[in-house]
Amino acid sequence: MIKILLMGNPNVGKSVIFSRLTGVRVVSSNYPGTTVSYTSGFMKIDNRLVEIIDVPGTYTLEPTCEAERIASEMLKTGDIVINIVDATNLERNLYLTLQLMEMKIPMIVALNMWDDTKHRGISINLEKLREILGIPVIPTSGLTGQGIKDLVTDISKAVSPPSPVRSRDERWSSVGSITDQVQQISHRHHRWFERLEDASVKPKTGIVIAAAVLACSFMVIRFIGEFLINYLFDPIFNFLWLPALMKLSTFMGKSGLLHDVIVGKLFDGEIHFIESFGLLSSGLYVPFAMVLPYIISFYFILGLLEDTGYLPRLAVLLDTAMHKVGLHGFAIIPSLLGFGCNVPAVMATRVLESKRERFIAATLISIAVPCASAQAMIFGLVGKYGGQYVAIVYATLLLVWIILGILLNRMLKGFSPELLIEIPPYRIPPWGTVMQKLWGRTRGFLIEAVPIILAAVLVINILFVFGIFDYIAAFTAPVIKGVLGLPEESVTAIIIGLLRKDAALGMLALSAMTAKQMVIGSVVLTMFFPCIATVIVLFRELGLKDFLKSAGIMLLSSMTAGGILNVIL
Amino acid sequence: MIKSLNDMNPEESGRVCEIKGGQGLINRLNSLGIRTGKKITKVSSMLLHGPVTIQIDRTKVAIGFGMAGKIFVEVDKQP
Repeated sequence: MIKILLMGNPNVGKSVIFSRLTGVRVVSSNYPGTTVSYTSGFMKIDNRLVEIIDVPGTYTLEPTCEAERIASEMLKTGDIVINIVDATNLERNLYLTLQLMEMKIPMIVALNMWDDTKHRGISINLEKLREILGIPVIPTSGLTGQGIKDLVTDISKAVSPPSPVRSRDERWSSVGSITDQVQQISHRHHRWFERLEDASVKPKTGIVIAAAVLACSFMVIRFIGEFLINYLFDPIFNFLWLPALMKLSTFMGKSGLLHDVIVGKLFDGEIHFIESFGLLSSGLYVPFAMVLPYIISFYFILGLLEDTGYLPRLAVLLDTAMHKVGLHGFAIIPSLLGFGCNVPAVMATRVLESKRERFIAATLISIAVPCASAQAMIFGLVGKYGGQYVAIVYATLLLVWIILGILLNRMLKGFSPELLIEIPPYRIPPWGTVMQKLWGRTRGFLIEAVPIILAAVLVINILFVFGIFDYIAAFTAPVIKGVLGLPEESVTAIIIGLLRKDAALGMLALSAMTAKQMVIGSVVLTMFFPCIATVIVLFRELGLKDFLKSAGIMLLSSMTAGGILNVIL
Repeated sequence: MIKSLNDMNPEESGRVCEIKGGQGLINRLNSLGIRTGKKITKVSSMLLHGPVTIQIDRTKVAIGFGMAGKIFVEVDKQP
């Protein structure tokens, strides 16, 4: 089958065009490096099925980071290249175009963001550009869909005109002469939008804006999450699901092995959605009524932040602070992703340049950044004892993140590379993409998390029946009880934590816990080991040796943090 | 007057005249459009040796303090 590669600089809209061509929905954002691995999809051209590949963005074919290395590797496997060029940044983009032409692979150019050129005062002579390059150039707009049809019909016209292999300086001087011939930039006044762009990277105004953005995001996430729980999911469970489940319980005789596995244990003849721990009670209530609302609200706000283009500015602001933990500012983006789910967060560390940085970032994310599932449970369970306890959990995790980061930075050989990123212009987030992305991520949670939570509930019930947990509990009691001060049966929650954090925190609620124990339990569960999905990704990204190192650090730091909390609280 | 990016004041502009660094650094800067002869304007720099943000053509680029110190600009326009 013919393979068509979509290639271009980071943040020029490759993923949006990919979605338009294949109908496959992929995550796109307004910052460089959203796509770190490739995605492929299929489409029909003249009744023949072809494969389309969305290659990670790259400025040059001489790779400077992992994502760019993947991109240049992929080039060898393609038959045709669609080179996506940002029309508002012609000069910089054409460098890669010339480099690609030297590779002697048939290609066409999509001049994307064409609709943006007019109000930016840029005019490009298309005919002239086609003539100089000798390949088809099609103006497109990924967002509106303009030009996509022409792009498809012109794929068959892809050519590889003779192109001399140039040195870097020769290439730049050709780029310069091409832009001089085809592009005219007229002067225009600063829009207020651009004033705002500059204000967010100036020290004083930048810090005020960052504080406001983060505080607002946090409040809106909580507001939407609680609103969904109180006015949608809780009523559904309490008024619709509970009566049905009670009927089932009566039908099954209100007790017995099968009853306890499916419906859960009754307390004073009542089903308790957290503590009953049956497949149809806790197994559904935890993912749908406790976690899902926060997944929706978190990813909604994150999507807005991503698509406006604010996040790279946050990276600039935090750069100095991030260097203290051996990272540069851009690492804040994978870390923020981690508050939703650690899996994409660990994958996103690929945009960082060095192996050392990726190790530090991935380790810190898996230890000290609680995912939305864990956070929802922390708010739900620890919050019952009072807001101050939730604050202790978060403060501990932040402190661990800082201390561990500083230690890793001191102990690991090497240094943290410096920040060098393009800051995209602000864009008003297109509602369509925001909603599509939210739906994609929510669907991802439902498909991947719900079956594992149900399986975890089932396994726990079975192991309980056979008394296996009592055996493990007795064995681990010295650490669990002695060091952490937790009831010995909470080891079961820690073991389940290897599967999923939400199910595990739910289990923690089963034993009678004091506020202090709940705080320690939550901290240890969050830090101890990431969930199974993250472990797999972590292993893949770091390799066996570094993964074991990272796992050792997790074990040691979670026990230390838990032990210290046990002493000082 | 020739100044490094770090020594420039916000809103000063000029042409890049020298990048004092190895091939690797020059490569990375070039790929973002920063190379000798290009006209640039400094937007801001962060406190405590934080990154410098510059405007080059229609793009903004943030550059770490150390790298920014290696980029020299013939300043021709004071704000």
